[in-house]
Amino acid sequence: MKKQLLLGDEAIALGAINAGLSGVYAYPGTPSTEITEFIQNNPEAKARGIHSRWCTNEKTAMEAALGMSYAGKRALVCMKHVGMNVCADAFVNSAITGVNGGLVVLAADDPSMHSSQNEQDSRFYGKFAMVPVFEPSNQQEAYDMMATAFDFSEAIKEPVVMRVVTRLAHSRAAVAVSEAKNENPLNICTERWVLLPGIARKRYVDLIDKQPTMEQASEDSIYNKVEKGGSQKLGIIACGIAYNYVKEAIGDQANILKVSQYPLPANKVKQLAKENDAILVVEDGQPVVEEQVAGILGAGYPIKGRLTGDLPRTGELNPDNVAQALGKEAGPVFADAKNLAGRPPQLCQGCGHRDVYAALNQVLAEYPDYRVFGDIGCYTLGALPPFKALASCVDMGASITMAKGAADAGLFPSVAIIGDSTFTHSGMTGLLDAVNDKSNITVVISDNLTTGMTGGQDSAGTNKFEAICKGLGVEPEHIRVVVPLPKNMPEITQILKEEIEYNGVSVIIPRRECIQTAARHAREARKAKEEQK
Amino acid sequence: MKKDIILCGVGGQGILSIATVIGEAATIAGINLKQAEVHGMSQRGGDVQSNLRLSTEQIYSDLIPQGGADLVISMEPMESLRYLPYLSKNGTIVTSSKPFINIPNYPDEEALQTELDSLPSVVKLDIESVAKDAGNVRGANMVLLGMAAPFLEIITVDQLRQAIAAIFARKGEAVVEANLKAFDMGAGRVKS
Repeated sequence: MKKQLLLGDEAIALGAINAGLSGVYAYPGTPSTEITEFIQNNPEAKARGIHSRWCTNEKTAMEAALGMSYAGKRALVCMKHVGMNVCADAFVNSAITGVNGGLVVLAADDPSMHSSQNEQDSRFYGKFAMVPVFEPSNQQEAYDMMATAFDFSEAIKEPVVMRVVTRLAHSRAAVAVSEAKNENPLNICTERWVLLPGIARKRYVDLIDKQPTMEQASEDSIYNKVEKGGSQKLGIIACGIAYNYVKEAIGDQANILKVSQYPLPANKVKQLAKENDAILVVEDGQPVVEEQVAGILGAGYPIKGRLTGDLPRTGELNPDNVAQALGKEAGPVFADAKNLAGRPPQLCQGCGHRDVYAALNQVLAEYPDYRVFGDIGCYTLGALPPFKALASCVDMGASITMAKGAADAGLFPSVAIIGDSTFTHSGMTGLLDAVNDKSNITVVISDNLTTGMTGGQDSAGTNKFEAICKGLGVEPEHIRVVVPLPKNMPEITQILKEEIEYNGVSVIIPRRECIQTAARHAREARKAKEEQK
Repeated sequence: MKKDIILCGVGGQGILSIATVIGEAATIAGINLKQAEVHGMSQRGGDVQSNLRLSTEQIYSDLIPQGGADLVISMEPMESLRYLPYLSKNGTIVTSSKPFINIPNYPDEEALQTELDSLPSVVKLDIESVAKDAGNVRGANMVLLGMAAPFLEIITVDQLRQAIAAIFARKGEAVVEANLKAFDMGAGRVKS
């Protein structure tokens, strides 16, 4: 078997391709983006014609994948953890419809919020929807589990969640790669997935009836293995990547139940409890398992973990906090350096968003009580110095709707700033609300022709924004396009002033390509030209 | 044998290229490797780091414990100090000596250099000017890798050169040669 050096994300992607994947459906989001990018660029995936074009948001992705599953083929949906919130309606109901072709929902969680606004744990979603969750501990398992997950999904006719965290998604190691399996043939489902109450009630009972099968699979899973070797009477439940930190700290000198497949194997937990005097739950993210173990073992059995303060309540696990929880003495270390300053991320020099913020700040300074509601993307960095322009950044699309609500309450000027990709992801419906209410808001769609934050993926609405806004009912004379460059500052500020003063919905579209993708496109063009010669 | 390395710098300085080359060299050497990086938000002019673990034994954690790094390889002097608690008491810092100042509160440069010099094992060099002398202004990261090469031990200089050739091959012979030259000039400036 040949070995390849792969990121966790790439191992997932290759695992899916080799498991007979027919389509990946996704919206970019750190740390999940590289999965879909790998499939887009993989020669085998291209030759097979695996669907891999980016979707407009996680909900459209989840629904398209469910459609592919209905037609009998294997589909993968990828997203960052908060994407699960966006697709939750489709996801939870897919457990009620069940699946035909295998369906794997990949959620990449971000404990410590390296690039996120919360550290929600996607294992809760698995439990909420009552479907199995796989949680690999390393790159090899990420690769291997993809085939297991697709097979299991088809065996129980339910979607399956695979949950990874940043440190696995974005860490590289050698992976032994197997031969690719054939894709499923077209095999259109003969059942009807019509979730009218009468049918949904029956389906829900079916889902509940499948729970013992899922539980037994967890008890028997090769990924939920028991290791014995500790002289202390401490049982350790190590979930997913946490297993690595435990092994790093104490090697073979421990009694471990490694958990990488859920529902939690309750019998194995009980056995571990019986053989030890206390249990330490080590899990990255929220105390999902710790709470469940308390339920399984009942009051009185000593359980340690994030809830008891033996591990930190927030932030990701690391070799140090896990070693400490295991009672390991820390060795001597250098103290923090004295001559050190924080270096926060910032907008690139020459980025068009900079010119947009410079213009906004200049114009709005003339008003006593303005607010700018922000959104998710590179331009969120406009909240930091030197611009300090934003009053909020909550979730994809919230800029427009929050500006609307604040305007309804009487705020003026109420301004929203949203990127092009975020606008098509979740901003369009909010704009329709504002148009229907004739809300007094100014919406800036800062269009850099790409999904910049995640590295420059295609943006669903490119070349369509004026048409979309017009179609939603924004008056054509209040849809204004500008080019955000320092030399155009007089024109941009003039237009901003006019549209802020207009009592109704106006949309300003500053449009200039992201300088990162522009540089990449210039390099590609140069290369193509050289190859032509 | 193991080598735990923290690669660091400012987003856009090319630390991930260094990681890729060391990763390729580890594959050539047939040793185990884990390399954790942070993508996304932190790329935009902020501090970036990558944990690189090389070992002849099985590697569990993707992250290096505090006090465990044998080497800190840094494209920027202040950034090399950010990971001080991770550096082993017997470890070495290999760093560019030239500050990259894109923040208003960058520390006093003299105090910074004094603090660096007070540490037991530090190798520093103005890698940008060496790269310039090599006729490869974009090759500062390969100069730095050359400087670090004698401390890597678990992989040889020859394996690193092979890795550079393999990684940059798709960019053409000229790019490979320029990067090898930058690497050799870095290696030539440092004796372990």
